Amino acid sequence: MDLLKRYLRPLLRRILVGLSLKSLAALAALFLPYLLAYIIDKVVPLKDVTMIWYFGGLMIMISIGGWISEIIANRMASRVARDAIVDIRHDLFTKSIYLSCAQMDKVTISSLESRLTSDTYHVHRMIGMMQRMGVKAPILLIGGILMTFFMEPYLALIMMATLPFITYLVYIKATKGISLYTLVQKAQDKMIAVVRENTQGMRIIKALARSDYEKDHYEQVNKAQMNAEKTVSNKMAIINPMMSLLMNVGLVLVIVAGAYRVNGGISETGKIIAFTNYFTLITNAMMAVSRMFVMYSKGIASAERIESIMQMSEDLKIIDKDDHSNDHVVEFDNVSFSYLKKKNNISNISFKLDAGETLGIIGATGSGKSTIMQLLLRFYDVDQGVIRIYGQDIRSYQPKELRDNFGIVMQNDFIFQDTIKENIEFGRIVDDNMIEQAAFSAQANAFIDELDDKFEHKLNSKGTNLSGGQRQRILLSRAFVSEPNILLLDDSSSALDYATDARLRKAINQKFKNTTKIIIAQRVSSIKHADQIIVLDEGKIVACGKHQDLLNESSIYAQISESQMGGALLD
Amino acid sequence: MTRKKTLKRLLSYLSESKYQLVLALFTALIANLLALYAPKVVGQAIDAIGVKNNVDFMAVYKYAIILLIMYLVSSLFLYILQRLLIIVSNRITYRLRKEIFDHLQDLPISYFDQNQTGDIISKISYDVDTINTSLSTDILHLFTGFITAVGSFVMMFMISNTLVIVVLVTVPVVFYIAKLRMHKVKPLFRLRSRKLGELNGFSEEMLSGAKTIKAYGQEDTMIAKYDEKDIEASDAYYNADYQGSILGPSINGINNLSLSLISMFGTILFVQGKLSIGAISSFVMYSRKFAGPINETAGIITEIQTAITAAERVFRLLDESVEKEDDTAAIELTDIKGEVRFDHVSFGYDPKTRIIFDLNLQIAPGKLFAIVGPTGAGKTTIINLLMRFYDVDEGQIFIDDIPINMIKRQSLRQAFAMVLQESWLFEGTIAENVAYANMEATTEEIINVCKKAHIHNYIDNLPDGYNTILTDNAVNLSKGQKQLLTIARAMLSPAKMLILDEATSNVDSNTEIQIQKAMLELMKDKTSFVIAHRLSTIKTADQILVLDHGKVIETGNHDELIRAKGFYANLFNAQFTQ
Repeated sequence: MDLLKRYLRPLLRRILVGLSLKSLAALAALFLPYLLAYIIDKVVPLKDVTMIWYFGGLMIMISIGGWISEIIANRMASRVARDAIVDIRHDLFTKSIYLSCAQMDKVTISSLESRLTSDTYHVHRMIGMMQRMGVKAPILLIGGILMTFFMEPYLALIMMATLPFITYLVYIKATKGISLYTLVQKAQDKMIAVVRENTQGMRIIKALARSDYEKDHYEQVNKAQMNAEKTVSNKMAIINPMMSLLMNVGLVLVIVAGAYRVNGGISETGKIIAFTNYFTLITNAMMAVSRMFVMYSKGIASAERIESIMQMSEDLKIIDKDDHSNDHVVEFDNVSFSYLKKKNNISNISFKLDAGETLGIIGATGSGKSTIMQLLLRFYDVDQGVIRIYGQDIRSYQPKELRDNFGIVMQNDFIFQDTIKENIEFGRIVDDNMIEQAAFSAQANAFIDELDDKFEHKLNSKGTNLSGGQRQRILLSRAFVSEPNILLLDDSSSALDYATDARLRKAINQKFKNTTKIIIAQRVSSIKHADQIIVLDEGKIVACGKHQDLLNESSIYAQISESQMGGALLD
Repeated sequence: MTRKKTLKRLLSYLSESKYQLVLALFTALIANLLALYAPKVVGQAIDAIGVKNNVDFMAVYKYAIILLIMYLVSSLFLYILQRLLIIVSNRITYRLRKEIFDHLQDLPISYFDQNQTGDIISKISYDVDTINTSLSTDILHLFTGFITAVGSFVMMFMISNTLVIVVLVTVPVVFYIAKLRMHKVKPLFRLRSRKLGELNGFSEEMLSGAKTIKAYGQEDTMIAKYDEKDIEASDAYYNADYQGSILGPSINGINNLSLSLISMFGTILFVQGKLSIGAISSFVMYSRKFAGPINETAGIITEIQTAITAAERVFRLLDESVEKEDDTAAIELTDIKGEVRFDHVSFGYDPKTRIIFDLNLQIAPGKLFAIVGPTGAGKTTIINLLMRFYDVDEGQIFIDDIPINMIKRQSLRQAFAMVLQESWLFEGTIAENVAYANMEATTEEIINVCKKAHIHNYIDNLPDGYNTILTDNAVNLSKGQKQLLTIARAMLSPAKMLILDEATSNVDSNTEIQIQKAMLELMKDKTSFVIAHRLSTIKTADQILVLDHGKVIETGNHDELIRAKGFYANLFNAQFTQ
């Protein structure tokens, strides 16, 4: 509800103008039966055909007036709905993309996605429909009732006797509807998650010939959603028949009571005719109102799901700048962290790096290498200790200010559907020369040059039209192009052959002499020339030093090195 | 596909519920006939009221009771009708979703390589939703509306055939206007669906890449791109919506005109003594009843347009050609020895650029076969062809001397166990993920392979152990650990052949050495294809194939290739040079 208030308030003026026009149209519709009654009761007894022509003409003009104002009103309503939804979507997307990684892990991407697509759609529809039907139906309803009161208060009261029941019915159902529609959306989240998983893992599913299993799996979520939808539809199905029954009972009461009134000379037949006429109008309006309520509950259920994302609090607070403690480019000071807040994923990590220095991180699978990088980028906040960049706690930087320092390649990084150029540029302001330079350093120029349209070559979503090594080289170009202060390379050359990797290392050493580099690698050769090498094991630093020192001091490091190099020279 | 065909196909989904529909038709008929006849009775009651001191109360009560019964029955049938239609529309939604999903399972890999996940999701959720909304509510309205309109018309005709002329003039006008509008809004609705699909595709893509976007602080750039698509989609929606919404008021306006004319001529007829007051009342009520469904139809025409466009998108996916049907003579692989032969194979993902040129290979059963070469040389492509993710352009591939296009696909693929660089895990427990290749595996077997893959200790230390649920962003596992899980998964597979495409690229070399024994055991007696950059892992291969630009430039075992001092030797030595 708050969501709608917030986004519709700025549009209030236009909504009101539109609604006024809509009211005019509704009034026109209301006035017609009244005129008809007037003709029958007052004009006809005069037997004056010219008067009938005259009144008929008036009715026609009112009809046309209503027609035009309704078209204008509808147009305004569509426009308001569009303007509101553009903003809602913008804000929801902005919020989603700015959510902290921990929050995103919690909500899940597929749920965010369904909120951005399906839920905003329901809200869009609701805003449009509510404006279009939201005023006309109530005006016809209230106006119709007023008109009946105006003509025959006594009969009107009789007809209205059923109204409290109807209101109660609609209220109960609509409230219940909101929670039921929320369940439907939740079931849809689950369904989407399965589809998403399948489209991404199709190669494995096919390779393992597990299609039938996946079909069964989908069957369950599909059924679950169907049942959720069925429940709510069935609950809502009672509204219409029940309402029309109640209204019709009212009508019968009016006829019986009317008979007595006419018999007593207090009322006239013409009035009862007009009454039945208004009655149809009121019933139709009632039906429209009930349809609106169904749509309303659906829309509100969605609006609440959107709102729950928008209301998520800023997870990563910016703290005040502390005293400038030192000049190290990067410093980890006794850092510990756990994703699930159970067992530490990394514990008591400390190191310092100055400009131009290189840090190599090596260690077993799951030893916490990538976690260090995620913390340095402040994807998550440390549980204990401090990370500093240029002597300042990273929590005191604006996120953008912090991340502008980095050039990054992550494991299985992200490539989006656009040209190679756009993928390297990645929204930053760089010129073509810089892009070419970056591609050159990243050893990507060779294969890009072979393409017909070079840097303008279109890449598929996730880079499916590139080989693994080509993808990595595009990602490296992306990291290089902004000439960052700090380079973070997480397993960024695992798909490169040794020769290319060697050329890449050479290029990095030449081009990024003054850049601080953190390189996470499996290959000792990638880091053996680092100024410092950290050996991680189960989240702890077990050894630290230069290549030669570590060979002597750390059995783990010596082992890794041995396995990759020592025994390799067979002949 | 034309609109008519789409509509026809959409309606064909109704045939499965024909009993419900016949029953629905029946209830709708009763409910509406009763509702239709009611104004006539109301008219009679009013005529029975007559004037002061002359009311026929007996008659009034009689009509009142008749009316009450009619309304009660009518409402009851209306309710039954709604429940029936819910069943029908639910079934259609369910079936459409199922068909889409099942079809996705049959589509070739190239479809997933070329289409955004978000767009596919948009089809199975948003488009099907749209069809559903339309079918459940709109069919009901069209259904009852049609009966009401025809019935009202008949009743009006019976009351006064002179006054009906007014209706005969206005109705064709209504239909003409409706036709004009439809023509105008058709393309607008198409655009609207397409734009929305694009927007959804973009959202999915960006959310999937959120970490990278954050890392580069490019949120605002992506938001700006999103806004562009957002505005395009919203504008398309607005245009369709607004143009579509002109129809309703227009028809309403014409109906009001018609009411005015009826009032005018009706009263004139009354003055001339050709019509009773009660008859005018009934006629006006019928003309309103007549207008109601026509109005509603106009209102939902836009919804129907949306539904048809959505259906078009869904059907286009359903018509997307699936992997070529297995040849009728295709056989199941039994008793696989594991001999693989490539005979003059050529292939390119798009016809213009060849990736593989005239490739010839012969691999003896149970041998370890390694493929090396610079990135982009076509290594993964060979695997794609072997698994028939893509079909060769020229030449043929044989397994045990049977051309693979003569083997049932399922049987062919089941003959391989596969570990890829990108490890795919689904939402489910660790145990389920490991057992994915062999659902019959016992808990002991699962634990056993996890021990061999050196991941057991880690799993055992998790609070929920093997029952830990992996979610889509599984923060609880590193990339390397995920790979170890998929290796464990492959170990459970009974397949006779093995594909390892950069299977240990994210695993550190110490762990790799630790699992080496298990890997060797895994490869034992299996024909194995290994793609790896870490040359230490392929030194033991029986045969090494060096690929460059889709051509074989060297083959032999490690020692032979080193002695040859060619490409491989250079590659191998590169890791020791600075």
